[in-house]
Amino acid sequence: MTQTPSALRLARITKRFGALTANDDISLELGSGEVLALLGENGAGKSTLVSILFGHYVADAGSIEVFGQPLPPGDPRAALAAGIGMVHQHFALADNLSVLDNILLGTEALWLPFSRRRAARDRLLATARRFGLSVDAEARVGTLSVGERQRVEILKALYRGARILILDEPTAVLTPQESESLFATLAQLVAEGLSIIFISHKLDEVLRVSQRVAVLRAGRLIALRETRDTHKAELAELMVGRSVSLPQREPRERGPRVLHLQGVSATRGGRRVLDALDLDVHAGEIVGIAGVSGNGQLALAELLSGTLAHSAGTLTLDDQALRADPRDRVARGVARIPEDRHAEGIVGDLPVWENAISERLHTPAFSRWGFVRQRAARAFARKLVARFDVRLPGIDSPTRVLSGGNMQKLILGRALCVRGDAGTPRFIIANQPTWGLDIGAVAYVHRCLLDAARQGAAVLLISEDLEELFAISDRIAVMFKGRLGPARDAAAWTLADVGLAMAGTPHGGQHAA
Amino acid sequence: MRLEARSRVSRGAVLVAPFAAIAFTLAVCAALVAWAGAPVGRTYALLLEGAFGSRFAIAETLTRATPLILTGLAAAVAFRARLYNIGAEGQLYLGALAAVAVGGLHDGSGFGLPPALLFPLMLAAGAAAGALLLLGPAWLKLRLGVDEVVTSLLLNFVALLFVSLMLDGPMKDPMAMGWPQSVAINPDLELPRLIERTRVHAGLLLASGLAVAVWALQRFTRFGFALRAVGANARAARFAGLPVGRTVLLCALLSGALAGLAGVGEVAGRAGYVTLDMSPGYGYAGIVIAMLAGLHPLGVVLSAVFVGAVMVGADSMSRAVGVPNYIADVIVATALLAMLVATLLTRYRIRWGRA
Repeated sequence: MTQTPSALRLARITKRFGALTANDDISLELGSGEVLALLGENGAGKSTLVSILFGHYVADAGSIEVFGQPLPPGDPRAALAAGIGMVHQHFALADNLSVLDNILLGTEALWLPFSRRRAARDRLLATARRFGLSVDAEARVGTLSVGERQRVEILKALYRGARILILDEPTAVLTPQESESLFATLAQLVAEGLSIIFISHKLDEVLRVSQRVAVLRAGRLIALRETRDTHKAELAELMVGRSVSLPQREPRERGPRVLHLQGVSATRGGRRVLDALDLDVHAGEIVGIAGVSGNGQLALAELLSGTLAHSAGTLTLDDQALRADPRDRVARGVARIPEDRHAEGIVGDLPVWENAISERLHTPAFSRWGFVRQRAARAFARKLVARFDVRLPGIDSPTRVLSGGNMQKLILGRALCVRGDAGTPRFIIANQPTWGLDIGAVAYVHRCLLDAARQGAAVLLISEDLEELFAISDRIAVMFKGRLGPARDAAAWTLADVGLAMAGTPHGGQHAA
Repeated sequence: MRLEARSRVSRGAVLVAPFAAIAFTLAVCAALVAWAGAPVGRTYALLLEGAFGSRFAIAETLTRATPLILTGLAAAVAFRARLYNIGAEGQLYLGALAAVAVGGLHDGSGFGLPPALLFPLMLAAGAAAGALLLLGPAWLKLRLGVDEVVTSLLLNFVALLFVSLMLDGPMKDPMAMGWPQSVAINPDLELPRLIERTRVHAGLLLASGLAVAVWALQRFTRFGFALRAVGANARAARFAGLPVGRTVLLCALLSGALAGLAGVGEVAGRAGYVTLDMSPGYGYAGIVIAMLAGLHPLGVVLSAVFVGAVMVGADSMSRAVGVPNYIADVIVATALLAMLVATLLTRYRIRWGRA
């Protein structure tokens, strides 16, 4: 891409946080009308680099040029003015305002006279038409789908005159169909001369949308490749620094029924979050639950973890009723991996060893006469840390200093040890167990789940990552608006079918052939 | 100017923070002293001398520190569980009143019980009175999500008015020439003096012992584990199966009991009876003390001595130079604000630059 004039030039950017070098001497150029993918694991320095670009952080060294002009550091408004627009993974939209109001918010005063509001509306529609982004300017954002909201975010950046667009993990919240439509939009934007930085850790989509790929690892720019000259395996190896292979599902003996849900409903705050679910999970099988986030997966996970009670239906484990009590779950051999590691999985301010035993604190193994048996607890924590390869400064350091992957290994270890050191759990509920993890850690988590299934555990895996579900699930069911479709063999599903079911279209319609 | 999270919180910074906050406070208050027209150096020297300059001064400081340790512990243990008990003042008064109810009514006959039995009963009654006053706010917080800051704070006024009612009514001392003052407790129930011809009493030992006990409770027991977990991340504690509601209620009982014992100590160790001005804001000062100590129960003892010293020293200093002893309140309040900023700075660093 040397022939196109460069839209953005990063020269020797370095940023340190204490002893950690988040960005180490990174130089990058973004051509006009180019899609550059920024690929890297979590903690590789992608977010830091983008934050520096957008003025949220000030680099310790290095400079940035936008269209040949130096960009003053640490000034988000200057970045906006220079034409840099950012679409965050979590949208910054007000649900109760219209699309137009959301786009004007922060750009212009909201008490615009009627005529100027109309002018703004016209400008918005013109922008939308130019880039082929259809929107209803007066629709309330709360009524839009996730894909539409993302479009509003992109439009907001374009309305503000962005010529360089940064997309941070844009497909994380989308169905496969919505992702396709996003890719089409990106192609249109590039055709209109925009330059795009596409941040991701999903290799397939990086190969699909970008012209060049920049791979970051441990804060350094490891490689810069023309997309057409590279392939998935090479990128994976560059990203991780060694060759990795994700484990795949293998044929397994299906045992007796372990978990049984019949007509299970649950409400929260007066709202029905689970609607008449039927599901059986057998020993030795992994059942995957797909769905766009917010369709009841969290409630299902909480129901099975014992933190949400069901209001109707039958819920049994080994044909015995389950009550909504986390302790009871742990005592009955249920391993629970929560979705949000920081908010629910661990208490960040407490040391690692206390978190390692928190689920079984009340058992005679770890407390007697109301006193914590510290020696036993520490010994257990040390064993767990060694067995699950948790890298940490020490079992006495606060758990919040652990990286995401190591924190997940700690939670995984704690969960899988519900029956003591040797036993296998009866049932595992894993909600987004690999969210935000790097490939090495993902492989580790998958291997743990597969091993547990092989040893006879029944596993329920809730995930928004379809690749993951197809890789290790034996059966897959799709959740939509609190309802659960039938669990069918993974081989019987196509990606398109799952996508349609995620969008609420009953599968087996005209697309079934 | 902006705040940037530190990648690591150093232990040294955490230890230095309270001292930096105190140094900053003294510097700020120096300006106020100068404004009042007094020589700064001499004022602080007099303050220091008034607090630690003689055997008597030290004894006075320790006497003041005794209820402060207990109210400081009450705040520290509750704040650790994110139960913001602002009602230690009211709990102290109810504790004091309960002590008199057990040890003073019926002419101190104590229902005919021997002092050896009546004394623990008096302690228990004071602790229970304080504990019960906080139980309501804690329960409302758990069941209905009512902010305990508001309820516990407002109960202070309810408690104080109730005390006023009792002092003018059933518990009024007929020999007090019309002053609103309760009957005195049986002299056999008074706490022994620790130092001859001073006012330091055995309540100091009780308070310090309780500080160690609370520390051990937090550090070594299952309840302490749950307390810290609930305070640091209640959702994760619930997920792990720790009894969140029970822990918060027990913590409320413990916190209220500690504040109630502060009231018992003041009655049994110092005055012998209850008046409406027996506490110069010990309950509120407890919040400052807990914060200065970083909520550490043993640190509470040290910071209570500091606050006690400021109070005693300011009294004595104000007699010598023209600075009103309200400077003590200013110092204590400024120390709280400075400590909050210092705590923030152990977690974040300030970046100067254009924004």
